[in-house]
Amino acid sequence: MSEADVIDLDGRRRGPGDGARCGAPTTTGRPCRNRAGPTGYCRVHEPDPGDEPPHDPGPAPDAPDPDVAPGDEPRAIARHGPRGVRGHPARGSRGRPGATPATPRSSREAVERFDRIAPPGRPAGARAGRARAPWRGQAATAPPTDAPTDAPPTPLAPTPVAPGADGRADAGDAQDASAWDANDASAWAAGDAGSWSEAASEALAFLRRRLTGDYAVDPLGFDRELTEQVMLPLARPLYRDWWRVRALGVDRVPPAGEAALVVANHAGTLPFDAIMTKVALHDEHPDQRHLRELAADLALRTPVLGHLARKFGDTLAHDDDAEWMLRRGDVVGVWPEGFKGVGKRYRDRYKLQRFGRGGFVQVALRTGAPIVPTAIVGSEEIYPMIGDVRVLARLLGTPYFPVTWTFPWLGPLGLIPLPSRWIIEFGEPIDTSAYGPEAADDAMLVFELTDRVRDTIQQMLYRNLMGRRSVFL
Amino acid sequence: MAQEHRRILITGISGTLAGELARRLERDERVAHLVGLDTREPPVDLERTELVRADLRHPLIARVLEAHRIDTVVHLALVSTPSRVGGRARMKDHNVIGTMQLLAAAQRARTLRSVVLRSTTAVYGSHPTSPGLIREDAPVDDERRGGLTHDVVEMERYARELRRQRPDVGLSVLRFASVVGPSIDSVLARYLALPVAPTALGYDPRLQLCHERDAVEVLVRSTLDPVPGTFNVGGPGVVFLSQALRRLGRPTVGVPPPLARPVAWLARRTADLDLAEDQLPFLQFGRVGDLTRLRTVLGYEPRVSTPEALDDLAASGRIAPTIDADAVARAERALRALLPDDERAGTASGGSA
Repeated sequence: MSEADVIDLDGRRRGPGDGARCGAPTTTGRPCRNRAGPTGYCRVHEPDPGDEPPHDPGPAPDAPDPDVAPGDEPRAIARHGPRGVRGHPARGSRGRPGATPATPRSSREAVERFDRIAPPGRPAGARAGRARAPWRGQAATAPPTDAPTDAPPTPLAPTPVAPGADGRADAGDAQDASAWDANDASAWAAGDAGSWSEAASEALAFLRRRLTGDYAVDPLGFDRELTEQVMLPLARPLYRDWWRVRALGVDRVPPAGEAALVVANHAGTLPFDAIMTKVALHDEHPDQRHLRELAADLALRTPVLGHLARKFGDTLAHDDDAEWMLRRGDVVGVWPEGFKGVGKRYRDRYKLQRFGRGGFVQVALRTGAPIVPTAIVGSEEIYPMIGDVRVLARLLGTPYFPVTWTFPWLGPLGLIPLPSRWIIEFGEPIDTSAYGPEAADDAMLVFELTDRVRDTIQQMLYRNLMGRRSVFL
Repeated sequence: MAQEHRRILITGISGTLAGELARRLERDERVAHLVGLDTREPPVDLERTELVRADLRHPLIARVLEAHRIDTVVHLALVSTPSRVGGRARMKDHNVIGTMQLLAAAQRARTLRSVVLRSTTAVYGSHPTSPGLIREDAPVDDERRGGLTHDVVEMERYARELRRQRPDVGLSVLRFASVVGPSIDSVLARYLALPVAPTALGYDPRLQLCHERDAVEVLVRSTLDPVPGTFNVGGPGVVFLSQALRRLGRPTVGVPPPLARPVAWLARRTADLDLAEDQLPFLQFGRVGDLTRLRTVLGYEPRVSTPEALDDLAASGRIAPTIDADAVARAERALRALLPDDERAGTASGGSA
């Protein structure tokens, strides 16, 4: 943050709107209590000036309103959608919460709204609807002319990757499925009738290698063969059939050999979102990249899961390990919310928790790796956690003991996750190399970047929430 | 300090590494004088090494340093298992008190220029909270649990104390990973040689091995061209314990961690395997040192990777596989022959490895 910004901020504080509060809904659900500036909003929630993003390097975190195009559907969204959700309050409306009857009082209400919202005039066909929906239009299919010309560069503006994403989004599930089949062909689990004996002999060779220890692991314990031949095939049915994950913007993750730090929201009581992101990156990325995740020590301490996590490419969430992998050119995944995110109540769904202490930003700055903000929608609904038995959690040494609608009431049946429909969107990478490695010691910059990543993910979450027809369909 | 006419003292000369180091130094013309210190004879024939039979804790040490005008002390007398010296108390005496006495004498030796201390990566302990690759600046394991970790932490502390008292003395601390090789007898090698290896049920640690060739080479370099600092020394790469045991053809039996102590006791009694209790977490979480400093600061590229060191151990013939890899391969071929349409099998199995 430059000094000019700070002065500017002070100037606005003493500005004409003195005494007035901003009132825009915040991620905590309460109206923003910052002092409002001349535009009627505080500096955080102020609409984009439209000329220059506040930070020079990288694109602005804020998405432009998806409803700028004067179509029917966007307007419907504009009427129903809460303002915080769309990135920023509608330009020029200057409405306070309550000024518009449809504005929700809290973001929880906002989320509930998203669950229901179906823009009017939308065709019944899900695929066509997807393609025509404004959020989709922005995310993947909108030609550049649709975007407001004076808008800042946005994470969602069509980029060179758009054509690929375009095709995928339009073709829908059929094409996705064929892509999967192509992947499966190389796996020994291929179900193709003609090649079963080949598959069986591959399976035998695999078994022989495992039995004689004839395989290589990397220094952190990543066992590529085990991941590709056991873990991914096991997770794929969940990815494909149970949660029907749609991965958007996978091409924004750099090609093989280039480092990136994927930062995502964490939810769902059990960290299935981490596994699904891993599958998404491997199966949908052109280079079949492996996501190396940073895990909590509790996970690595747990019997069985601990060493399996290592073999599937995870390691301890420690600066040294993250740096080592980034310098090698790996894609590293981090869930900065940690247990605060994965163990939050259902009523807090899609509200990002505190983003750690910004350690991931420091690592990215030191290594110059771009940060890819990633929003996962759907993971919150797999185990709606309505309660937390603190006593049991303390007894078991876990950070929380979840009570859901089905667990522990139904016993092991309660462990079956609900089949919500997921969207994993990889956002526009935020470049960190421009700051230089010494910027990692600049605490203000680290805070600022952390907030920016967090905001970006929150906006992506809201946008994708708005886009979904229902939680399960 | 690459000067000529070096006068070097090696402690613990009866050890395999020390003997090999002495042999290498004897052949080097820069070394003018070599003294070996131990209570026992070295296992190898040494030609021009002067042997001093004394305990580290003997006051004679100061006189040896002075009389021989020693400029480099290579402290290799590290006892890593209690059974070798007859109990944990004596092991601690050897390691901690011995080092303290040696370094006290070294502090007064005017001719001294550098100290090389043999340490181990055990200083980091074995914790799930350790990074996957532990750097030298990571905190040492200060939990007062006793055992090897405790000893090594103390030894390093005394060495750093000497460094403070005598800034003109260079200190190289070499933290070796588990040293293995055809001529090295270690707890790990014995463990891997058990007909059936007990493992911690639900855990699979990564192992980092240091081949004896690399260990000796690093010692020679640190002795002749000392680079002050602390370095992890090991082979690149890791193997999981389960993988290592499979490579060696050993069946395993999982032992629930609460039963680890009785099983370790049983191993001590029946299998001559000194599995010290304080090292049991090693079989759960392992530890792997980061080798960046070894490569960049010390300028040494390890020649034998961890998997290669393991293969060398297997090839040394001390470990007869219980499950033969060839038998597994034969079984695979036999099963594959049962499959119809076999012509593409060979290429298929080669392709996905």
